[in-house]
Amino acid sequence: MRSPDGLEQPVQHGEQRVSACAHDHAGHVHEHMHDHHRAHPNAQREHNATALISARNLMLARGGRTILADIDIDISPREIVTVIGPNGAGKTTLVRALLGLEPVDQGSIRRKPGLVTGYAPQRFDVDRAIPLTVSRFVALGRRASPDELAHVLKDVGAGPLAERQLSELSGGELQRVVLARALVRTPDLLVLDEPVRGVDYAGEAELYTLIGRLRTERGFGVLLVSHDLHVVMAQSDRVICLNRHVCCSGVPQSVAQHPEYARLFGPQAARAFGLYHHQHDHRHDLAGEPRPPAHGHGPDTGV
Amino acid sequence: MPEPFLMRALLAGFGLAAVAAPLGCFVVWRRMAYFGEAVAQAALIGVALGLAFSLDLTASMLLVTLAVSGLLVVLGRQQAVPFDSLLGLLAHAALALGVIAASLVRGPQVDLMGFLFGDIFAINNADLRWIFLGGAVALAALVYIWRPLLSLAVHEDLAAAEGAATERTKLIFVIVLALVVAIAIKIVGALLTIAFLIMPAAAARPLAQTPEQMAIYAAVIGMVAVAAGLFMSLSFDTPGGPSIVLVLAALFAASIFPSVVRRR
Repeated sequence: MRSPDGLEQPVQHGEQRVSACAHDHAGHVHEHMHDHHRAHPNAQREHNATALISARNLMLARGGRTILADIDIDISPREIVTVIGPNGAGKTTLVRALLGLEPVDQGSIRRKPGLVTGYAPQRFDVDRAIPLTVSRFVALGRRASPDELAHVLKDVGAGPLAERQLSELSGGELQRVVLARALVRTPDLLVLDEPVRGVDYAGEAELYTLIGRLRTERGFGVLLVSHDLHVVMAQSDRVICLNRHVCCSGVPQSVAQHPEYARLFGPQAARAFGLYHHQHDHRHDLAGEPRPPAHGHGPDTGV
Repeated sequence: MPEPFLMRALLAGFGLAAVAAPLGCFVVWRRMAYFGEAVAQAALIGVALGLAFSLDLTASMLLVTLAVSGLLVVLGRQQAVPFDSLLGLLAHAALALGVIAASLVRGPQVDLMGFLFGDIFAINNADLRWIFLGGAVALAALVYIWRPLLSLAVHEDLAAAEGAATERTKLIFVIVLALVVAIAIKIVGALLTIAFLIMPAAAARPLAQTPEQMAIYAAVIGMVAVAAGLFMSLSFDTPGGPSIVLVLAALFAASIFPSVVRRR
């Protein structure tokens, strides 16, 4: 890749940035350091036995570049864990690795035996070559009765869409239908990768409220990927700030005040958080994603 | 009662359409037209091998289509050359090799045109056995993998994350495709086989609301085209396989026309 002045960047520049993290401690935020900062680099961290899914020491490299390093993550029953991070932070790669879609180069992932996952991928391009009604698409998740299908579609506010063709849906409608397919599996763990891409701000907040409500009703754990902490804040139990490694993690408030968060998203984003976390503001729509000019975070590796 | 050769031609065409059209839907949905094309053209190598070693020609074609499918699956994992370029390259290399090999084989004069464009009026009872037994096996296998294969075609990652047996399903699909291509060559020839797979599916698309409707409509369209193509062939003394494909193209145009007009 090239820097703005046209010089070749060192291949592992992402790693060098990574090691710049974790200087400050604040509140009950856990610090995660890169391996060479760690006191016992080889100490084996045990899997969380009660977690739905538990990963330790994950490392992924593609084409000589480290995409993810030294990742520990646990998602417990009934817990909503949100992964945030800038473009190219490896959020999607992490989710895909946890789902078993992406081989890992190091580390281990343990799933609760018999774990049922519901997954809403980041990109969902409808293939117009396949004639498919909404309810038939949802039924691909699990052989469900017409009643169950109608019920789950109603749950996500897509009841009237049942007999529509998938190719006729708007972006927001499609998101709900993909969510319905994840829910119809009656999952223990719901994995949603930026479920609000292409949805307007009101729709975004509404969708997160819906996910929070369904979690309360059904008791599944949720792994949520977002590039914006503000909207997910109210619904998240725990936030993991990712930039190829775990920069900081904790309850949403503490992550929002953490210097690492400010560094990744720019001081503007951190200040805006303090001002606006009670009343949402139009500035944080999907187009206005804050990006720190001082840190070129590499190209989007989001696969 | 029509002539026996015409009966055999009709039976062969209908039998092939019943399995090739639903299979062709998946070829369309999974964007594997080039894959099928490469496999079909490579089948000519099977003709040469069969003649050289006095084997059943359909069996030797099946052997080659299976081997080439396996090779393509392995080559599909490399990323140095785009897969469609690779398929185009291999299809024509295989065609060249097949034509040269078939022309070098000693023995009875090979009707190369018959293998390139099919000779539906020369179908014999052994061919019919291949079409109906092979076709039944292929159709049964397709029904067996229908659900995971459809899920894969809609969104492969989602299917895999939901625990579908993606690799096994894809493998069975490729084997079924190799089998159907091998039995189709006698009827429509190495160059037109893929047309017989994808044209009924493409023509059925605008009419269908569900995947199963599309498969069934495609089979019906395929059979109509066989009947009309044979009629055309006998009436105007045109070659059988190309006549069927031309009727399919006309049916496709008629089916797609209203939606093209509506777009304006």
